[in-house]
Formats: sequence, C-alpha cells, structure tokens
Amino acid sequence: MIHSLFIINPSGDVFMEKHWKSVISRSVCDYFFDHQRKASSPEDIPPVIATPHHYLISVYRSSMFFVAVCTTEVAPLFVVEFLHRVVDTFEDYFSECTESIIKEHYVVVYELLDEMLDNGFPLATESNILKELIKPPNILRTIANTVTGKSNVSSTLPSGQLSNIPWRRTGVKYTNNEAYFDMIEEVDAIIDKSGSTVCAEIQGYIDCCIKLSGMPDLSLSFVNPRLFDDVSFHPCVRFKRWESERVLSFIPPDGNFRLMSYHIGSQSIVAIPVYVRHSLCLRESGSGGRLDITLGPKQTLGRTIENVVLEIPMPKSVLNCGLVTNQGKYTFDPVSKLLVWEVGRIDVTKLPNIRGTISLQSGSPPVEANPSINVS
Amino acid sequence: MTDSKYFTTTKKGEIFELKSELNNDKKEKKKEAVKKVIASMTVGKDVSALFPDVVNCMQTDNLELKKLVYLYLMNYAKSQPDMAIMAVNTFVKDCEDPNPLIRALAVRTMGCIRVDKITEYLCEPLRKCLKDEDPYVRKTAAVCVAKLYDINSSMVEDQGFLDQLKDLLSDSNPMVVANAVAALSEINESSSSGSPLVEMTPQTVNKLLTALNECTEWGQVFILDSLANYSPRDEREAQSTCERITPRLAHANAAVVLSAVKVLMKFMEMLPSDSEFVTSLTKKLAPPLVTLLSSEPEVQYVALRNINLIVQKRPDILKHEMKVFFVKYNDPIYVKLEKLDIMIRLASQANVAQVLSELKEYATEVDVDFVRKAVRAIGRCAIKVEQSAERCVSTLLDLIQTKVNYVVQEAIVVIKDIFRKYPNKYESIISTLCENLDTLDEPEARASMIWIIGEYAERIDNADELLESFLEGFADENSQVQLQLLTAIVKLFLKRPSDTQELVQQVLSLATQDSDNPDLRDRGFIYWRLLSTDPAAAKEVVLAEKPLISEETDLLEPTLLDELICHISSLASVYHKPPSAFVEGRAGIRKSLPASARAGSEGVESTESQAAPAVIPAQDSLIGDLLSMDIGGPTVAPVAAAPAAPFGSAAMDLLGGGLDTLLGETSSSPAPPSALAASSAALLGDIFGAPAASATYVAPKTTWLPAEKGKGLDISGSFVRRNGQLFMDLTFSNKAMQPMLGFAIQFNKNSFGITPASPLQVQSPLPPGVAADASLPLATTGPVQKMEPLTTLQVAVKNNVDVMYFACQIPMHALFVEDGQMDKRVFLATWKEIPAQNEVQYTITNVMHSADTVVSRMQQNNVFTIAKRNVEGQDMLYQSLKLTNGIWVLNELKIQPGNPNITLSLKSRTPNVAEGVFQAYDNILHG
Repeated sequence: MIHSLFIINPSGDVFMEKHWKSVISRSVCDYFFDHQRKASSPEDIPPVIATPHHYLISVYRSSMFFVAVCTTEVAPLFVVEFLHRVVDTFEDYFSECTESIIKEHYVVVYELLDEMLDNGFPLATESNILKELIKPPNILRTIANTVTGKSNVSSTLPSGQLSNIPWRRTGVKYTNNEAYFDMIEEVDAIIDKSGSTVCAEIQGYIDCCIKLSGMPDLSLSFVNPRLFDDVSFHPCVRFKRWESERVLSFIPPDGNFRLMSYHIGSQSIVAIPVYVRHSLCLRESGSGGRLDITLGPKQTLGRTIENVVLEIPMPKSVLNCGLVTNQGKYTFDPVSKLLVWEVGRIDVTKLPNIRGTISLQSGSPPVEANPSINVS
Repeated sequence: MTDSKYFTTTKKGEIFELKSELNNDKKEKKKEAVKKVIASMTVGKDVSALFPDVVNCMQTDNLELKKLVYLYLMNYAKSQPDMAIMAVNTFVKDCEDPNPLIRALAVRTMGCIRVDKITEYLCEPLRKCLKDEDPYVRKTAAVCVAKLYDINSSMVEDQGFLDQLKDLLSDSNPMVVANAVAALSEINESSSSGSPLVEMTPQTVNKLLTALNECTEWGQVFILDSLANYSPRDEREAQSTCERITPRLAHANAAVVLSAVKVLMKFMEMLPSDSEFVTSLTKKLAPPLVTLLSSEPEVQYVALRNINLIVQKRPDILKHEMKVFFVKYNDPIYVKLEKLDIMIRLASQANVAQVLSELKEYATEVDVDFVRKAVRAIGRCAIKVEQSAERCVSTLLDLIQTKVNYVVQEAIVVIKDIFRKYPNKYESIISTLCENLDTLDEPEARASMIWIIGEYAERIDNADELLESFLEGFADENSQVQLQLLTAIVKLFLKRPSDTQELVQQVLSLATQDSDNPDLRDRGFIYWRLLSTDPAAAKEVVLAEKPLISEETDLLEPTLLDELICHISSLASVYHKPPSAFVEGRAGIRKSLPASARAGSEGVESTESQAAPAVIPAQDSLIGDLLSMDIGGPTVAPVAAAPAAPFGSAAMDLLGGGLDTLLGETSSSPAPPSALAASSAALLGDIFGAPAASATYVAPKTTWLPAEKGKGLDISGSFVRRNGQLFMDLTFSNKAMQPMLGFAIQFNKNSFGITPASPLQVQSPLPPGVAADASLPLATTGPVQKMEPLTTLQVAVKNNVDVMYFACQIPMHALFVEDGQMDKRVFLATWKEIPAQNEVQYTITNVMHSADTVVSRMQQNNVFTIAKRNVEGQDMLYQSLKLTNGIWVLNELKIQPGNPNITLSLKSRTPNVAEGVFQAYDNILHG
C-alpha cells in the first residue's frame, strides 16, 4: 500500500513529505530525479519507476509531481487514482492547487492527507466527508474562529461516513433549491492531410452542481441512450436501474461532482464542428518555412463557435515564427516549441487566418510537424 | 492569516522560543506553537527536542490540538521510545472516550507509533475496539491489526487478532468488511509463510460480493483483488460470480475497473470458450478498456501495459478497436510507445492498410525513440501479416529515401528480418540499400547490412569490394559487426571462391591472430578448419538453409502470460514480470489460471496430436494417466555416480551441441537452427577423424519433441545400450527466450516396464539458445502395460515452463540382453516346441555383409549365433536373443553369397515382438 508521499516542485525540491508508515528517507526521490533528467519534458517521466527497494508511482498535475512510494506489490492504478484524488481534494479545498497554496495551508494539507489515508489504506476520500471533518479555510471562518476560539476540525463523526450513501451528509438545507447540469463533450479526431477523418470519438462528461435540501432522489433520462458506447458513473447512480431502463436514478452528493462520463466510439458518426485548411512548408528556401492556416465552421447546427484555440507543436528545429493573424493573438514558446493561436469566435463572413514565415535552425534535417487543433 | 507564517520564524533560539510557547497557559497560544512545530517537521527540521513539551499538550479536549500532537508523536516516537511511554495513558483513556471519532483516532495513532513498548499496551484497547459498537471504530481497528502485524507479527498471532479479523469479514457493515479484507491481504503479503491466511469458501465469497456493492471504491478494489485469488468450484459458480462483478466495469474509478477485469479474465478461463456467456462477456470487456484510454496519461500507461497482456491472451476482445490505439500528438512518450506495441499485436489482414499508413506518419515524427520504434513496427507488421509484406517493404524504401540517418539504419535492421522471413522475394531492393552503406554508423545496422551482403553475395556484383571496405577498419568495429563480417566473407568465398581467396585469408587471420575476442577467434578457427579440410562440408554448414524466423518472437511465453493475467492491475502487469521476480522477500506462491472445467479432453494436446501423430495420441485415459503421475518428485533413488559417458557418441554429441549453438550465432538468427544439429555432428566427426561407426549400433537421434510443441524446448534422443545398461540419450535445446530449469522426466506404463533408474541430470538452468546432453540410465522394473505399437514409450518432461508429453519408439535392439545365448539343444527343442503359426518371415534387402560379418555384427548387439550350416550354397545362421522382459526370440537367417537379400525367419512364443526384432536386424545390418 502507499507508504509515503512526496510533493516535488518543478525545480526538483521536495517541499512536502508525508509518511503513513515508517519514515522513508527523501533520498529515494533521487531515482525519480534520474528519470526526470532523462525525460525531455515533465510529462514524459514514466509513471511507474522501480528502484531496488521501492516503487515510485507519480502523477504530474499543476506542474508539480506527486510521488507515492510503495514497498509491496500494489495496484498501480489504485495509487494513481488516489493521487489524482488528492489533487482534486486540494483543488476543492483551496480552489487551486499550487506550490504556494500548499505551503500556505500546510497544516490543513497535512491533516487532510492524514485523514485520507491510514496505514496506506484510503480512509475518507469523499470531499463531503472530508469537509465535515476538516472545514475548508476561508477568511470569514478564520476570523470567526479567532474570535470564538473554535477550530477548523470537527469533533463529531461525519454523518455520511458509514451510511449506505457515504457521499451525502444529512441535514442539508437550502433556501433556494437548485440543480445545474453541465454537459462537456470533447471530440478527439485524427484528420489526415487531405481532410478526411481517420478516427473520431467523443469523450463526454456530465458535471453537476446540486444544491437541494434533504435527501433528494433524482432521475435523469436520455432521449437516445443507445448512443453511449461506454459509461462510468459516480457511485451514487443505481446501476441496476440503468441496465434495465436506461435511466439515471440517484441520490446526489451535495455540491459539485461528476455524475457520469461516457464515451462514444469511432463506430458512430461524429460531427466535427470546425475544419482547418492548412499549408505548412518547412524549408522552402534557405532556412525558412511558410505557414498558412484558415479555420472554418462545419456542421454547427446554427450555433456559433467560440473560444477556439489552435495549438501546433513545432519540430525542434524551429527557431521562431513571424506570423500575421487577421483575428486573435498568437504566441510561440521557443522552449517547448508550441505555437498557440487564440482565435476566439469564428465569424462565417470573415474566416480567421494565420500566415507568415517560420525561421528554422540551419542544417537540421527536414521534419514535418503535425498540426492539431484544440477547440474549446 | 494563513499557515505560511509558521515557516517564517528564522530567529535564533527558535527551539527555545517554541518551548516557552508550548508551555503557555493559553490554549490558543499552545495550538499555534504546536502548528509551528509541525511546520518545521514537515520541511525536515529536527524538532525532536521538544518532545516532552509537545506530549504535555496531549491532554486536551480540543480535537485539533490532539490531532496535531498525534501527528508529532507518529513522527518522533521512534527516536524517543522512553518518552513515548508518557503518552500511553492518554491513548488508553482516549480508547474509552464516548466519542467514536476520538476512540478511532486513538487506536489509529497508537498503531502508527512503532515502538515495541507501546504496542504491548495497545493489545487490550485494540481488542475492545475490534468489537466496538461503532462501525467506524471497528474499521479503523481492522487496519490497526495490519499495522501491528508489521511491527510484531508473532504478537498478532499469539493474541488471536487474526481470528478476530476474520470474524470481521462477516460484519454487517460493508466498510468494515472491505477494511478487514484489505488488512488480511496486506498481512498475507508480508507473512513469511506465504500461505493464504483465509480459506476462501463460497460463503465468504458470497459475503464479499454483497459487501462489494455497498462499500467505497477503494474497498471495492480490495475486495476484487482478493476475489481474484479464489477459484470457483465449478462453471456455474464462476459464471454467477462473473455476473455479479460485471457492473463494476462501469465504475468511474479506473482501479476498480481494472481489478474487475482481472477477476473476469481469470474466471473466464473456467468457462467453455464457445458459450454464449463468454461471448457476451468478451463484448462487455472492450468498452471499459477503451474508456480507460481517455483518462489521465498515468492511468492510460498502466491500462496499456495491461491491455498488452489481455490482447495476447484474448485477441478477440479488442480486435475491432484498433483506432483507439492510434497515437495522439500530445500523448507522453511512454504512452506512445505502448500504443505502438499494441497496434502491432492487433494488426491483421483486415486493418493492416490503416496501421501502415499510421506507422508511416509516425516515422516522420520528431521524437527519435518513437520514430525508431515506428520503423521497427513496420517491419514487424510485414513479418506478421504476409499479405502486407509488399506494402511494408515499399514503405520502408520510401523511408530510406528520406535519408534521415536513424530512420535509414532502423529500416535496414528490419529489412534484414524481412529477408529472413520471405527469402528470394524482395532482393531487388538490395541496390537501394547499398547506396546507404556509408551513412550507417550504428553496429546493429552495420551488422545487418553486412549480413545482407553476405547472404546475397552472388547477386551483388561488387560484394567483395563492399566487404573489403568494411574490412579496412576491422579492428575498430563492434564485435557484433566483426563476427558478422567474418561470416559474410566466408559466405562470399564459398559462393565465389575464385576471386575472393585473398579476402577470406585476410579476414581469417584478422579474426584468429589479431583479435582478443574469444568468440571471434573460435569462430575464425572453426571456419578455417572447415574450409581447409572439407569445403563441401563448409558449404553445407555455412550456407545451410536457415529456419524461418517466427512472427511472434516478441510474445510473452504462454505460462508467463497466464501468470501475469492473474496479476492484472498490479505492478507485475506493468513490468511484465512475475512478482516473485521483483518483490523482495516474497514467498513464492505463483498464481496460475484455473484450468478449464473440461481439461484434457479438449485441451491443446488433442489438436496437436492430430497434426503430428508422433506427439501423444488423444486418449482421455492416457492423458489422465500421465497427469496423475507424480512428475515433480524423483520417484527413484538418486544414483551416486553420474552416468558414465563412455565413448564416441556422447563425446561427439557434446561437440555437436557446441557447434550447434555456434552455428546458431553465425546464421544470425534469433533461434539456433535445429536442422543443423544432426548434420553438424556428423560433419565434425569427419573433420576430427573420430570413428564414425562404433561397435554397438546406435540409432541417430531423432527429434521427439519439436520446439513449437514443447513451449520452446526441443528434445531429441535415442536409446543406447552401454556396458549392459540401457540408457536414454537426450539432447535438450532451449529455443525459448528464457532460461529453463527444474527438469524432470517420467514415463508412462509401457510394454517393457521401462522406467528411469535415476533422476534426470541435465544442465540447469539451461540458457536460451543452448543445447545440453543428458544420459538417463533406465531400468526395466517398472509397471507393465501393453502399448500399441509395442515399442511405444510415452514420456512426460517437466520444466519450469510446463509439462510436455511426447511419445517415442524404443528400438528393439536396445532391449536385447547380454545373456541371450541359448544352449544348442534347448534351441532345437524350443524351435520345435513353438508352433509353426508363430513363425514370421521377413526379407532384409540390400545387405552388404557376408555371413561372418553378420555374425560378428549381431554379436556386438547381443544377438548370439548358436549354429551355422551351409545348405546348397546358402549360409544358414541360427541365432537367439533375449529381451529385457525375458522373452526369447529364435531366428534363422538364409544368406546367399552374391545376393544382397537375406531371409529372416523368427520364432517366438509372443509373436508380436517379431516386427520390432526385424526392425532391429534391419537397422543393425544397415547401420
């Protein structure tokens, strides 16, 4: 099980460590640093590293490494999922998760970690329960606590901890009862040079913000549930009911949570909202290259497309870009070689376009870049 | 008002200041001080000096302060055991607190203080807490047992905590059950005996399955993992368990999904593969696996490593999902490489076009490692899917045209493999390859190119010039390249002897005189001698036909794969190694897949036997017999002296084996060529002038178990009689990728009661690509059962990989005993006594012996001549022999001078041995 946790910042300092069993020297992180040096970017560090005595399982979130140390055979996914949960909890508590935030709230962080894991076994990871045990910090409460002498730590057992619905606490009361559902769909498509779709799939999520009193029992039905190729639910969803009737029936947790995520695979036809007309030519004459990209809407069902961002990872030999856009701004990071063009809204009458020259390192072999777009 | 202020104190005398604050009367001040202490602790400062002062703050009703003090205690109790005792009282008191939160906190913290003296006091409170009325306390206590076991395992066993823990498995609260399961499996993991603490019964499994639906996601992981260790009693139970687990596949937590996949994959083994249930389950498994690939990259990586195993075990599950494994531009490199691997595994005729066009794109990517692997993947595609070979080759040629150095080199390495797989098909591209000769700087690419030149020397006009150009820098080359160059030039010489003599002499002298590398020298000498003694033989050896390379060389071995399937979702599945290979101090219980309920009758054996009758016939009873034999333990007392290997054959075999491996290298194939083994032994015999014909006739070794049936183990052998003792001479060749060890042999009951007289002595471990000889003395005292044909012997050979079964024929002459000489009168009487219908007549054709040499030849093989007559110009020989089981056989031979055909009349009380005896005569007289 999880033995220890080290949180490491991008410059390679271990600024937080927590041990759930005996203390493991932070020198174990040296193995991690070895791999870090070898990797070309922080994302490329392998998530599972074997060392002579320990196994380091890490995730990279918010430009920090969360490195868990294990000594026995464990399920790596269990550790990875748990680490992500830790970061999610921090984000939930402090609204963002950065090095400075963690340092600022180190006591809460320490208490949280202690509450989430006992001897390497997860104890309480539901944010509802944690929030009952340890109140999230906010200015109002800090002032109130100083005045009244109360603390952030609750002295009673959270009500939801042992019930059959551990995700919801009892006695929730709202004056305004409201429930919001956010549908998020990500289209992942690979389109070849000629513009035809190689493969396209949809990864969708339903995120909820539910503020209802008491113990509400909700049902959500879909017009065409057959579309879903695969679904995974929050534990609150009654699976039996879904299997038999294709209806989501659940008692929701209080507050924000992800109700469901689904996947629509490559077999179904996926409508792609934009098209890209591109011409990219590296090494035209001497050490230069040309780039010309136009975006246009496609199958939008009458809606306008907003917040379009285009990202192109350039080959290593690209030194700089001199581009002109007719809309939005572009940036080029010479370190990560990433060209980002924030287009904004697509206006059908005047299609957004970016064009210009690219300067290349001389003498490097010609390579092609694979432009890819990210629409949000 | 944030916590960061605790970090800012940098004044001198910090400890002193904290001390006074800790002793402050005001609660609020105290708390602030403890927070400061904890802050220093987290960043690694030593604040152990404050131990007594902090412990003094423990007696408080403020829960936050209590928790902070507990945090401090956990960290420092170890270094200050005596002081830690001070805290015990408070702990014991807290364990009786009316607030369950405090009770649980106390028992939890006590478990974390790893001080022996404290653990003594822990027992009583822990016992109470395990029976606490509040489930929260019970579940915390369950984990505490695991903690205590880690500190002092004997105490846990003595105090009966394990039994209490097992009782918790039937607790009414699912969370308690889950934690008890987790604690038990952790204790199991660390216990030295390694044997499972809890016998899984159908009742416990039922309870676990009930708890599974209601406990937290983490609890589900623990429960599923322990369910995976259970073997259902029958198909029905396996199926119903699977049905209850399937809903877990839709869980949002990837760990739950993968653990569920593990249990399903394991239990599916038990179900008949053609059943409807398995088909529907296979369909249900695909979508969750695909969904795992849209989560965080770390999850994807672990999922992909597991999918790699699943695809090898059950290719059906994901065969339609090729597209999800296409690489995304922003995947981390470790995800990209794994996806590439799986793409190749899934490549088939149906989707190969798509895969190829993807791979071609990847080969123009930026990342060098990835590009290399992509090029390699194209080559593997060509080898795997024959129909695509043409397209793959043209794709590779396109890539070579890009002139990107590492792409070209990688392409040449894989083209070499394609040549091996499809000889005489794509040689037209050689000229293109030769153009890139100068740019190659990596040893592997150079060696591959040299191999190609040597192999096709007759078609490359300037092959000698090309090789000569390599030879100039011979001394600076990598040894791999040197060896290859040596072989290539010898090949060239054998193909074009006229104009390359100088070159070959040059390379031989470079290899044998100027090199420090023993491999190179030895190979040089062998070639030299071969060439100087018998160029024809050299040709046969060096230019021998190479065995085709297998398309699935990168697959895991089936037994390892099965074991890893049992470890899906664990670290083992990520490393693709069994846990015993990397987890320290782990008692080696190796998991294995449950056998199908209809084992044997529809197993692999039966299908194989249809393909090749040499491998055991498909008889249920027979396999039953073999399976029930105790293969593992030696059933015969070990013989003190190793079996003596007297002469000729054994020594020759030894050399044969050595040359065999050597030739394996020279032909640069991943597996040594098996076809060469026999011929090379004979060749060496010629070269070294060893007496080829030995006194006793020894049948040449025949292959009894080909490598593809023996899971990589190739066995050939023969039966010999030496000094009145029957021996089974065996050659074991390991053609798998892993060393083999733990060899044992067993025979089935047979017609002559043959059984091993001593345990099998064979080099162990046997490294990959190596052949080892073994001589097994045999006794004839075993159980007898008549076989059809009579001389059939069914053998089971066991090693660490598997148990292999094969059948071989015992040549009858090996069974002729030394005291087979019959008295003349007895012979006559017996001859008359045996009824005429027992007489069998054969003709032995083409014998080049006179009557005298026949007599001496047969005598050497324990066939004794009783009398000799000359009737009408014909030589009549009367001979007798006795078999190991006491059966006498009387023979009459008619030999006509000048006529190469001999008539043999056999008489025996058991006429069914006649065929075998005739075979023996035939072999001996032609041997």
